[in-house]
Amino acid sequence: MLAALERRLRPVLLPTGVLLGTLVVWEIAWRIFNVPRFVVPLPSGILAETWAWRGYLLTHSWVTLYETLAGFALSIAVGTPLAVMLVYSPVLRSALYPLLVVTQAVPKVAIAPVLLLLLGAGEVSKVVIAFLVAFFPIVVNTATGLAATPPELLDLSRSYRASRLKTFIKVRFPMALPFFFSGLKVAVTLSVIGAVVGEFVGSDKGLGYVIVSATSYWKSNLAFAAMLLLSVMAVGLFGLVELVERLVCPWYALAREQQEVVEELSVKDLEKIRAAAG
Amino acid sequence: MIELASITKTYRSRQGDPIHAIEDVSLAIKEKEFVSLVGPSGCGKSTLLKLVAGLVTPTRGVVRIRGTEVREPFPDVGIVFQSAVLLPWRTVLDNVLFSIEMLGLRADSHRDRALSLIELAGLAGFERKYPWELSGGMQQRVAICRALVHDPSILLMDEPFGALDAMTREEMGLELLRLWEERRKTILFVTHSIPEAILLSDRVVVMTPRPGRLARVLDVQLPRPRTVEMEFDARFKDHSDEIRRLIFARRQEPAHARRA
Repeated sequence: MLAALERRLRPVLLPTGVLLGTLVVWEIAWRIFNVPRFVVPLPSGILAETWAWRGYLLTHSWVTLYETLAGFALSIAVGTPLAVMLVYSPVLRSALYPLLVVTQAVPKVAIAPVLLLLLGAGEVSKVVIAFLVAFFPIVVNTATGLAATPPELLDLSRSYRASRLKTFIKVRFPMALPFFFSGLKVAVTLSVIGAVVGEFVGSDKGLGYVIVSATSYWKSNLAFAAMLLLSVMAVGLFGLVELVERLVCPWYALAREQQEVVEELSVKDLEKIRAAAG
Repeated sequence: MIELASITKTYRSRQGDPIHAIEDVSLAIKEKEFVSLVGPSGCGKSTLLKLVAGLVTPTRGVVRIRGTEVREPFPDVGIVFQSAVLLPWRTVLDNVLFSIEMLGLRADSHRDRALSLIELAGLAGFERKYPWELSGGMQQRVAICRALVHDPSILLMDEPFGALDAMTREEMGLELLRLWEERRKTILFVTHSIPEAILLSDRVVVMTPRPGRLARVLDVQLPRPRTVEMEFDARFKDHSDEIRRLIFARRQEPAHARRA
């Protein structure tokens, strides 16, 4: 029983242990070597600062979260239909795909100042930057998934004279869902980065702004607190997408778990199991 | 019932060269007959199947079903492929009912039929299971049920047991015969296995390598119902020797002669 619990918790306990261990080493080493606190602060200091500035940090977190989610939503709304068009129309594919690759080759950090000039220093420019970095993985993954439909299933649908729309709804799109979700997982973390890049370039709100202004006043504790919240946000959003994936296509996760190799048992383990079974 | 009249199918490769998949094939298949197509890879067996299904149109020649020319896919056929290609988010029952839904028929009025087919295929008790919970052989049984649920008069099978292990394969062949005895269909069965073709079919069509032509159509002289023991029958051996001769005779010709 205890062994089973341990196996289930291991994926959580191990990384948590490594993280806590790193923090402890960090704290002790900094105290021993007396590293200047304004360069890299202590973990305990960061936590204290996060608590002290909680209201301020929460307000700015809310702005960044809002920009991220708006950009992410926009990238789904644009990226998914675009992927469908690319798969269904060879003309559009040859016309648009090279251009899409070009838009991705341009560094977003480089066009961020231009976008701010065009769209102003408000939230809109951040949403657009978040969208620009996030939509490409959604397009590529969804298009790959749609193109990966087994040709036999397409032949089968055609032999039943099912319409293309029906085939799309009943076969192609559900088949592509796992690909779609792996695109979303990449996209959601990229949206956070996009929003923060926008805030770096120019804003008076958001965690990106907090980091820029805190570092310019040597308040590294506060800057690290903002970084901490950004990480929590990105990880949380990633987990949320994964949760939705499990709810929408449980068959995918279940089929994957089914295929996982069960670990080897030693003779001793086997004897223990036998003894427990009586 | 199925009539292929001097069918030629030529594809164009990416370089623009013509690829002759099938050349001048004529064949007539009777109602409720079990016909196998054997031949080396790339002899156009699968193309022939798709031509009958109306999924591919011939470059020259005509395919007729009951006297009517086939120009597009038609629903009076069931198709089984080498891989089961089931939908992983659907249960066994819903996978079988997939055909009904795609045909635009009412699923609930076909539920009983689907369930009785599932039982007939030896899958009773698995109706609510998902594909990943089934073995390869069981998945293929579901695919066969899916091809039969709308009661088509023609069943097209493209190496349906090719991905299964030898023992499951033999068992599935006999199961298919049992099913066929119960629900008589016209079956066109593509296979790589010469014994499988002889054991199951009324007639075996032997094809030549590309371009695919008919080398010989062989009447199987074994009584029905067929059993595994018939593989030791002298007639079985004669048939399989003859088919091997037809297939290997061409292979032993020197390469330059073949190309000419």
